Amino acid sequence: MAAGHFRIRPQSQTRGYKLDVLVSLFGASTLELLSFEPPGWGANLLRGLAASIQIACGAFGLGLLIGIGGAYGKLYGGPVVRDLLETYTTVVRAVPELVLILILYFAGTDLINQLMTALGYPPVDINGLIAGIGVLAVVQGAYSTEVLRGAILAIPQGQIEAARAYGMPPGLLLRRITLPAMLPFAIPGLANLWLIATKDTALLAVVGFSELTQTTRQAAGATKAYFTFFMAAGVLYLSLTLFSEVIIKRVERWSRRGMPSVSGPH
Amino acid sequence: MSEALAIPLRRRVMGWLQPHRIVLILIALAIVMAAAIFMRWDWLPQYMPLALQGIWRTIWLLVVTSALGLAIALPLGLVQVTGPIWLAVPAKAFCTIIRGTPLLLQLWLLYYGLGSLFPQFPWIRESFLWPYLRQAWPYGVMALTISYAGYEGEVMRGAFAGVPRGQLEAARAFGMSRWKVFRRIWLPQAIHRALPTLAGETVLQLKATPLVATITMVDIYSVASRVRQETFITYEPLLLLALVYMAITGVLVFLFRKLEARIPSRLG
Repeated sequence: MAAGHFRIRPQSQTRGYKLDVLVSLFGASTLELLSFEPPGWGANLLRGLAASIQIACGAFGLGLLIGIGGAYGKLYGGPVVRDLLETYTTVVRAVPELVLILILYFAGTDLINQLMTALGYPPVDINGLIAGIGVLAVVQGAYSTEVLRGAILAIPQGQIEAARAYGMPPGLLLRRITLPAMLPFAIPGLANLWLIATKDTALLAVVGFSELTQTTRQAAGATKAYFTFFMAAGVLYLSLTLFSEVIIKRVERWSRRGMPSVSGPH
Repeated sequence: MSEALAIPLRRRVMGWLQPHRIVLILIALAIVMAAAIFMRWDWLPQYMPLALQGIWRTIWLLVVTSALGLAIALPLGLVQVTGPIWLAVPAKAFCTIIRGTPLLLQLWLLYYGLGSLFPQFPWIRESFLWPYLRQAWPYGVMALTISYAGYEGEVMRGAFAGVPRGQLEAARAFGMSRWKVFRRIWLPQAIHRALPTLAGETVLQLKATPLVATITMVDIYSVASRVRQETFITYEPLLLLALVYMAITGVLVFLFRKLEARIPSRLG
């Protein structure tokens, strides 16, 4: 941040003015805005980050459930189920998340309220958090369907056949054989999806949900210190990503325990 | 590919058109007909010119930012594989930062952050670039370009690293210069390896373009929002918008498939 000061040439006539600009952009006066005490917006940013992580966790988890169901339906379902799931994944992967969020947000809240009035209840105000999680989960579900389908296909067929030959019911087969055996194949794709989920939460700013990006925009608009706040939010997102990557590496190693290394010598 | 083509077209169509599919298609047609009859489309003629302009703007944005981004991504990927450490580390850091933060945040940082920074410097206000820097589209193009470059830099790194070493050594043994090796052997094989991923990433880039509507650029998405705000019709413009994006995605996938089919896939 201090590097900016070196650009000031002493012979410049506008030196005082430029110094003011640089100090106001990078200097102590705007960094104070990030403090946790009430004049600073630091606490708000962290609250926004917490909301973002909450939505990402919820959407990723719910998407995973949709994905497991979707993958099973695509692999073992009847022809109609397969075609419907194919339509779902194709449409979701071809339409921008922003458009889907708007459609699902409006249509979802509209539908629930119409249902409530039809049942004789007053219309409810849908919780933004729940709506955000639901909308992003539908998007995540389509991608994780594809990831999990590929991972299940990568399991050596004999393992599932052996389990069937032992007379395992489908639920037990899923829990004991399919899910653990596909995990090493699914984790790289799922890790990618988790990182996409954390970044997709920013899109909810467009529908006005106060997660990290929206909070940042409000803070920046109120204080006019756009650069400082967007940089701070960028650092928060980046540290979330880097922290996730550390965890993902551990999970990947854990899921591959007992398996021979697949990565060749580099 | 060639096997699928060997089956006559009629049999392929018949194989695809099973009884349950016919029923599903009829149901889908019924839904479309119901949407066409019972929903409101009277706004369509009035906004048609604007919508066409928006579609054109979206496609323009996609093509320009993908081309520029790929041009930046090639050196980014290359220096991470073969470059000196003082180039490889910044390239890696750039890719990590771009891939680790949301595009919406990058866009707003450039538009609001840089946009509020520039007017404070008199020499920028006096430069010939100033008329452009006052508009929104350079920031949109910039944000989408560096985003594509960041993701594709990582893809190209993998593609460059994946070209077998023996190929490059053989080319050197033939007496090709380093530049010629790059141009004739390394780059074509890396592109060929990266092409399926590039197709997917370009679709993702298309899906990222509506974000520029948040900084007042007029693409097809912002046309749909405008219809919604001016006529209070919610679903019709959004559904049509989804249809437009699906059509563009379909064309993109088709074009990339054609491109992939043109390259013979026998390697080594």
